[in-house]
Amino acid sequence: MMRELVEYIAKALVEQPDEVQVSQVEGERSLIVELRVAPEDMGKVIGKQGRIAKAIRTVVKAAATKEGKMVHVEIID
Amino acid sequence: MRSIERSARTVEEAIAEALQELQVAREDVEVEILDEGSRAFLGLIGGKPARVRVTVRDKREEKAQAVAAFLQGILDRMGIAAKVEHSWQDDDVLRMDIQGEELGLVIGRRGETLDALQYLVSLAANKNGEWIRIILDAEGYRARREETLRNLALRLGERVKRTGRRAVLDPMNAMERRIIHLALQNDAGVETHSEGVAPYRRVIIAPRRNRTERT
Repeated sequence: MMRELVEYIAKALVEQPDEVQVSQVEGERSLIVELRVAPEDMGKVIGKQGRIAKAIRTVVKAAATKEGKMVHVEIID
Repeated sequence: MRSIERSARTVEEAIAEALQELQVAREDVEVEILDEGSRAFLGLIGGKPARVRVTVRDKREEKAQAVAAFLQGILDRMGIAAKVEHSWQDDDVLRMDIQGEELGLVIGRRGETLDALQYLVSLAANKNGEWIRIILDAEGYRARREETLRNLALRLGERVKRTGRRAVLDPMNAMERRIIHLALQNDAGVETHSEGVAPYRRVIIAPRRNRTERT
């Protein structure tokens, strides 16, 4: 679910949606969502002073409260 | 919405005439073929002209629907049962209202999640085409918050005038600070300005030093 959410948002923001890759590592109480985009698109998912990344994390965090899990979104370069 | 009908010997000719008349390109219109027409036998007798209705596409509305669908897609993937209604406020301001039950999750603490959603939707909407401003609301949160902030501004404005001491407000985003400034802009007794750097930028309400009174 979190994976699909991050992928859906990221694809709408980047210039090369086909290059968006999202995987997730699930733990007992936490979930790590790893987001990869084309190098030229890094700015599109991070933003000035990380503003876009922060907005993505805020939305994901809200969605995750329903599942009672800590979710970390990591943008991999 | 502009729409016209044209007849010609063939469908293609009828479309071309309509485009000429409307002064738009083929990709900007929807074409409805009302009559395929038929050739006259040996070019002599019979034959019916082709008839088409050509309608200029409402690109603005198409964009609004695409943006609303994107937001709906996010909500679906968040596991939130809600629907999105949209309306144009001005030519370039698209309001979207999230309707459903228990939308606290969508709003978040002090509207944090709603602001994040608004920002992401705005980025996606403005990736190409003409720039539009997106305002997202859920359960009338924005209107309620605006009312709360306006009341706060008026109350603090009175206090500043009474005590002669300035009031420092909590950090707020640009939209919220604007509400405070607007609420007090016509108050001759106080002036407002902002200090600090986002996200810690805050409004200061100070007594206005009136030169004529001081001399």
